[in-house]
Amino acid sequence: MSASDHLIPVVVSNVVEVNPIIKRFEFKHVNGDELPAFSGGAHIVVEMLDDGTKRKNPYSLMSSPFERDQYSISVRRDDTGRGGSKFMHEQVQPGMQMKISAPVNLFALDLRARKHLMIAGGIGITPFIAQMAQADKLGVPFELHYAARSVSQAAYMDSLADRFGDHVSCYCDDQGESVDLEMLLSNQPLGTHVYVCGPKGMIERVVETATSLGWPAAHVHFEHFLAPPVGEPFDVHLAKAGIDITVGAEQSLLEAVEASGTPINCMCRGGACGQCETVVVACEGEIMHNDHWLDEEQRAAKQRIMPCVSRFRGKRLELDL
Amino acid sequence: MTIQFKDESFRGDFTYANSPSNIPRFPFPFPEDEYMYSTNIEPHHAARAGSPFENAFDVDEHYVAEMKDRALVLADDPGRCQALPHMETAGWDFLELVMVSKARDYPDLFKLTMDGDRWHWINKPLQIDDTFTFGDSSTLPCHPMEYIGRQVQGDHAILDQRDGNLWMDAGIITAQADWSLDFDIGMNFFEWHAPVPLAHELGVFQRALKFLLTLPQGQPSRRLNWTLTVNPRLDTSPENYPKWGPDRMTVTPENIGEKVHLRVELQTFWRLPRSNAILFPIRTYLMAMNEVVTQPKWARRIHRVMRDLRPELVEYKGLSRYHPILVEWLSQFDDGAPTSPGIFPD
Repeated sequence: MSASDHLIPVVVSNVVEVNPIIKRFEFKHVNGDELPAFSGGAHIVVEMLDDGTKRKNPYSLMSSPFERDQYSISVRRDDTGRGGSKFMHEQVQPGMQMKISAPVNLFALDLRARKHLMIAGGIGITPFIAQMAQADKLGVPFELHYAARSVSQAAYMDSLADRFGDHVSCYCDDQGESVDLEMLLSNQPLGTHVYVCGPKGMIERVVETATSLGWPAAHVHFEHFLAPPVGEPFDVHLAKAGIDITVGAEQSLLEAVEASGTPINCMCRGGACGQCETVVVACEGEIMHNDHWLDEEQRAAKQRIMPCVSRFRGKRLELDL
Repeated sequence: MTIQFKDESFRGDFTYANSPSNIPRFPFPFPEDEYMYSTNIEPHHAARAGSPFENAFDVDEHYVAEMKDRALVLADDPGRCQALPHMETAGWDFLELVMVSKARDYPDLFKLTMDGDRWHWINKPLQIDDTFTFGDSSTLPCHPMEYIGRQVQGDHAILDQRDGNLWMDAGIITAQADWSLDFDIGMNFFEWHAPVPLAHELGVFQRALKFLLTLPQGQPSRRLNWTLTVNPRLDTSPENYPKWGPDRMTVTPENIGEKVHLRVELQTFWRLPRSNAILFPIRTYLMAMNEVVTQPKWARRIHRVMRDLRPELVEYKGLSRYHPILVEWLSQFDDGAPTSPGIFPD
C-alpha cells in the first residue's frame, strides 16, 4: 500500500512559461470532478511516462487550498537532474492526460502560530504561495521574504506583491540584495513560527541563526524533501523476491524496485516521510544516504536504507524486499 | 434498507439490547483463539455488505439512542467536548467528512446540498434541517466539531500533527472506556498512551505513530480494540467512576450473561485535508455475553481468549474482579471444536 497506488487521473489544462527556467502546469480532474482539498505546503507526486521509463516526482502545490477545480505546480528545469523536470518542460502539453497522487503535507503551517514568517529561495516559493492563501483566509499575520537570483527569475513576485502588498519582500542577488536573517529573526513577536524552503545552504543558515538567537526548535520548520540525485548505476539483490535488479544512473532505487514489480511502501519519494525505510540484509560497500529520515547512528550501522533517494557503491547490496 | 431505530437507555434501567438480526453484524474483535497486542491496522475499505465495515461511518439501530445519551453527558459535563483554539479548521474537516460520507452511504437518512460554501444538511433520524456557511462557525449553533459530533455514533478525537508527533488537541468524548479528554487534552501520542502495559516494550506505539504520521488522504485505516463493561453503559469515564466502578461488584454466576458486555471499539484513522490533522473515531459496540454466545464460533473463541488472557491485561482492562467466574461461565459453551479463522460468525 502506498500513496502512489491511488492515483488521480487528470488532464493538463494549462502550461505557462513563467520565465526561461520555470513553467507552471495546471491540472483538472479528467471527469471535471473536484480535486481533494488540501493544506498549504502539501505536495503531489506526478507520474511521468517517459519513453518506457516511469518517473514519479513530488512537486509542491501552489494553487489556493480553497480552489478545488484545479491544481497548479511549478517546475524548475534542471538539465543535470534525472530527466523529470526536462520531461515536464519538453513533453507535457495542454490536453495531455497524466496521473497524480492525492496531496500529502510534510510542510504544514503550525496552526498555533500567532504569526507565520516565511523565507523562500528560488523555486522554494511554491509551497508558500498556497500557505499565504491559507494564512490570509484564516486571518493570521504572515510575512514572506523571497530571495532570487534576479528580478527576472523571481517567479510570481509581481502577482504576490499585488495580492499581499507589504506582506512580501523580494531580494535579488544581482541587485546585491539579501535577507538580513539576524535582523529578521531578532525582531519577531512571541509565538511566531518560521518556515524556510529553498537551497540547502539557505535552510541551514536560517536554522542556525534561529537556533543561535534562542528560537525554540518547534517553531522552526523547513521543507526538506529533495529530488532523487543521479549517480552511477548499481546492482541490488532483493532477498524476498529472489531477484537481482540494476538501478540506472538516472533512476532511483525505489523506481527500480517498482519497475521490477516488487511491492514497496512509499509516499513522499523525497527522503522525508520514512515510508520506504527498508532493511539492509547485506552490504559490502558504501550506502550514500541522501535522506532526512535516518539518524547518524542508523546510517553508520548500514542496516537501513531509504530507497527513494539513497544510492550504493560497492560489491554487494542485498535488501529485505 | 431502512433501519428501525431503538428507544433504549445506556444508564438507569439499562434497556439497551441488540435485536437478533443485529447480533451477527457485531464487530467481534478476535480473529484467533489467542489474543495479544499487535498494531492490527488494515485499510478501512468497504468490506462485507451488512457488516460495520461496509460504510465509512456505520449507522445502526442504536444511533438515535446513542445521540440522546451523548446529549445527556454533555449537558452534565461540557468538558467532554473540547477543542484548542487552533483546531477549528479540523472541526470543519470532520464535519465535511461525516456529512459527505453519510449522505452518500445512507441517502434515505441524510441529505447534503452544497451551493458553493452554502450548505444545507438534513438529518432525518435526528430531525435536523440546517443551512450554514462552510468555514464560518458563526453560522452554526456551536463549534463544527461539536455540531457534527452530536450526530455521529462513537467518540471522536482530533489529533494535530506537528514536530513529528500527534497531539490530542480536540475531541468529543462521551462514551469512553475509562480515559479522559479533559486529562489528555494537549498531550502527545506517547504521553496519552503511557498507561498501557506491555505495548511500549513491544514497540507498538513507535510503529503506530510512524504509520499515522504518513497516513495519506483518502486512504483511511481501521483497527479493533476491546474491553469488557458491566451493564451496557457507554459513559465509563474516569469522571463518573463512582457511578460505574461499583457495578463490577454486582456480577454473579447467575447474572453474568446479561451483565457483562463485550465492548468493542472500531477505531478508524482519517487524514483531514485542510488541517492536516488526523481524525480518530472510536466507535463503541456493546454486546451482552448472552448475545455473544448465540454464535457458536464466537462462544468457543471468547472462552479461549478469556481463559488464556495475560494477567497484566486482566488487570489493565479492569476485569480482575469477575474474570474467574466469567471464564467458568463461558466454558459451558466451548466443546473444544476448532474455530474457523477470521472474526465473522460461521
